[in-house]
Amino acid sequence: MGNKDWTRKDLLGLEELSEEEILTVLDTAESFKEVSTRSIKKVPALRGKVVVTMFIEPSTRTRTSFSLAAQRLSADVVDFSAATSSLSKGESLKDTALNIEAMGVDIVIIRHTAPGAPHLLAKVLKASVINAGDGPHEHPTQGLLDIFTMREKFGRIKGLKVAVLGDINHSRVARSNIWGLKKLGAEVIACGPSTLIPSTIEKLGVKVSYNIDEILPEVDVINILRIQLERQQSGLFPSIREYTRLFGINSERLSRAKKDVLVMHPGPVNRGIEITPEVADGKNSVILSQVSNGLAVRMAVLYLVSGVTRSSE
Amino acid sequence: MESILITNGRVIDPANKIDSVMNVLVENGKITSVGNKKPNADKVIDAKGMYVTPGLIDMHVHLREPGNEDEETIASGSAAAINGGFTSLAAMPNTEPSVDNEASAEFVYLQAKRTGKANIYPIGAITKGRKGVELSEMGQLVRGGAVGFSDDGDPVQNASIMLRGLTYSKMFGKTVIAHCEDKTLSGNGVMNSGHTAMTLGLSGIPGISEEITVHRDIALAKAANAKLHIAHISTAGSVELVRNAKKKGVSVTCEATPHHLTLTDEYIKSFDTTFKMNPPLRTKSDMEAVREGLKDGTIDVIASDHAPHSSEKKDVEFNVAPFGIIGIETILPVIMTELVNKGIITISQAVEKLTVNPARILGIPKGTLSTGADADITIIDPNYQWVIDPDKFKSKSRNCPFAGWKVTGKAVKVIVSGKVFENT
Repeated sequence: MGNKDWTRKDLLGLEELSEEEILTVLDTAESFKEVSTRSIKKVPALRGKVVVTMFIEPSTRTRTSFSLAAQRLSADVVDFSAATSSLSKGESLKDTALNIEAMGVDIVIIRHTAPGAPHLLAKVLKASVINAGDGPHEHPTQGLLDIFTMREKFGRIKGLKVAVLGDINHSRVARSNIWGLKKLGAEVIACGPSTLIPSTIEKLGVKVSYNIDEILPEVDVINILRIQLERQQSGLFPSIREYTRLFGINSERLSRAKKDVLVMHPGPVNRGIEITPEVADGKNSVILSQVSNGLAVRMAVLYLVSGVTRSSE
Repeated sequence: MESILITNGRVIDPANKIDSVMNVLVENGKITSVGNKKPNADKVIDAKGMYVTPGLIDMHVHLREPGNEDEETIASGSAAAINGGFTSLAAMPNTEPSVDNEASAEFVYLQAKRTGKANIYPIGAITKGRKGVELSEMGQLVRGGAVGFSDDGDPVQNASIMLRGLTYSKMFGKTVIAHCEDKTLSGNGVMNSGHTAMTLGLSGIPGISEEITVHRDIALAKAANAKLHIAHISTAGSVELVRNAKKKGVSVTCEATPHHLTLTDEYIKSFDTTFKMNPPLRTKSDMEAVREGLKDGTIDVIASDHAPHSSEKKDVEFNVAPFGIIGIETILPVIMTELVNKGIITISQAVEKLTVNPARILGIPKGTLSTGADADITIIDPNYQWVIDPDKFKSKSRNCPFAGWKVTGKAVKVIVSGKVFENT
C-alpha cells in the first residue's frame, strides 16, 4: 500500500509541502471523490487500521468529516473526548497521546488551540499525526480542500487571483491557503481591517488590501473567513456593524465582481455578518461543494500517510 | 590555609589593565601578589597555556529556592556556577515567596554559605511581593545582604512607583535592575513579534514593549538621579536608547545574554520550548545590534538569565510552557566560541563584562586580581573542545538551547577565597 510520491508520516502543514506533494494529494482526492458517487461508498484501503480523532478544541464538522473519511476507507475510528490538556492542568498532551498510541493506534488526528501541538505529538509518536487545525497556525486539510475546489472549478490554480478576506491574523485557514496557493502559482490578496492583517504578511508573496471594493472586480475567488465576535470584544475592530459595512459580502458588492467569481467560506458561516444569506446560497457560492470535497481530500490524506505510518511496518 | 602559586598562565585582569603571562600568589584566601616573581608556595598550579582571570560573576540568575527546589536549589545552582567557571552569582528575587524582606535575603546568603561553593548575592524586590504596588523594605533588604533591587519578570508597570523605587534605592547606593517590558504591549505573547511568529500563528511580544520601557526607565533614572541597570537587552532600539543615554551622562548600564547574542527567533520554527524565554529571541538585525553594543561598550555585562524549569513544565505546547532557559554552565564556552574566537570581542572585553563590570554595578568587592582582594580566580583552558550535553550539567534542569553545540573553552579550575575546585 502507499504512494511512491508520498513519504511523509505526518501532515502538519502546507508550509513544508512541495508543489508535487500538494498535487499528489489533490490527484488522490480526485479518485476518492469518485468513490463517493458509488452506491457502496466504502473501500478497503485502511482495513485493520485504527484512527483516533483527538479534538482538544471543539469542532463538529471537521471531526465528522475526518471520521466519515476514515470509515469510508474501512478504518476503525475512535473519538477521544479530551476534557484534558496541559492547558487545563491535567495529564500532559504528550502523555495522553502516548497512552492512546499504546492502545495500538495508527493515525492520530488532532485539533488543538495551541500552535505546534500536532508537532509535539509527531515528535513522540510512531503513529501518523494529521493536523486538523492548531490555533492560528495551520489547517492543512482545509487549505487542500479549498484548493481542490478552486481547481475543480477553474481547471487550474496557476494565475488565479484569490482574495482571502477577514481576520488574517488569527486564521489558520488563511495561512494554509496562502502557503498552498503560492506554491501552485496563484496570486493571493489578503484583505481585511488593518488591525487584523499581520504586518509581515507580504513576505509570503501576498498582496495586502484594506478595501474589498477595490480588489473585488479583479479576483477569481473570494475566500471569506469567519469573523469571531471575541476579536471585536478584545478591541481589534470597533463593531460588527462597521465590519459588515466595510467588508461584508452582499449581492450589491458581488455585482461588481467577475461573473464567475467563486465565493468560498470554510464554515461555520455567520450569516448577515461576513456574508449575506443571498450570497451564501447564491449561484457563485461553492460552500457546500467545499464540504463534500473535504471528505475526498481527507480520505486522500489518510490513505497517503497510512502508507508511511511507522507502526504499520 | 595553604598558599597557592598559579604559574605561567596568561593573566587577564581588565580592572588593572593586565594581560600578560604572570604568576599569581594566593595566601590565606587572598591574592598577595601578581607579577613575574616566583615566590614559594604550598601548592603550585601550572597554568601554562591557560587564561587566569578574576572569578567570573553572573549577575542575573534564578535559583528557585525557596519554592521550586525540584528545578534548582542554592546548592545545585552553586555547583553549576563552579562547573561553569563562576565564583559569584546574583540571584533574582522571584522565588516563592519572593525576596522582599530582610529574612528572605539572609536565607539566600546563609544557604550559599552552608553550601560552601560560589558566593551568592541576593537581589531584593523593588516592591512587596513583586506586585508593583508598595515599595519593599529596601533598607532591611540591604541589611540581609541584598546588593541591588529588581522586580524581575514582573516589572513595575506604574511609572510613579518605579520613580519612587529609584529615588528610595539611592539612600543605599544600590542599583535598580529593570526587566523592561510594557505588559500592555506584550499581552499574551510567547515569542518575538514578527514574521516567524506570524507564520507559526503564535502571539508576539513586540520589541517596542521593551523599548518603550527602556525609554521610560532611563527618563525616570535621570529624573531621580539614580543608578539603573537594564537587564537582558534584546533589541536594536534598546541598544540605541542606552547608547544615547550614556552619551548624555545618565547613570545607566546594561547587560546582554549569550542567547540574545547568538540565536534568533527562527530557532522556534520547530516549536521547541528550549528557545522560549523572555525577552524572546529577536531577529538577526537585533542580534547584530546587540553584538555591536557589546563591542562598543554600550553593553557593560554578559549575564546568563539562568532560568531552570523542569522538563515536565517545558515539554508541553509552546504557548503554555514557562519562559526561561538555563545558562550558567554554557555562558563561558558560548561567548568564547561564538564571539571571542570569531573576532567580535576580545577575550579581555569578555572577561571585563564577566568580572569587574558586574562587580562595580552591584558594588561588591569582587572581579579583580588586585593585591588584597579575595582569591576568587577562574582558570580557563581556551583550547578545550567539547560538545554541550545538558545531562552532564550540575544544574537540576535541562532546558538548554545550546545542547549539541561544539564549543571551545572551559573553566578547568575555579578558586573561591583560596579554595580550589577542579572541573573535569
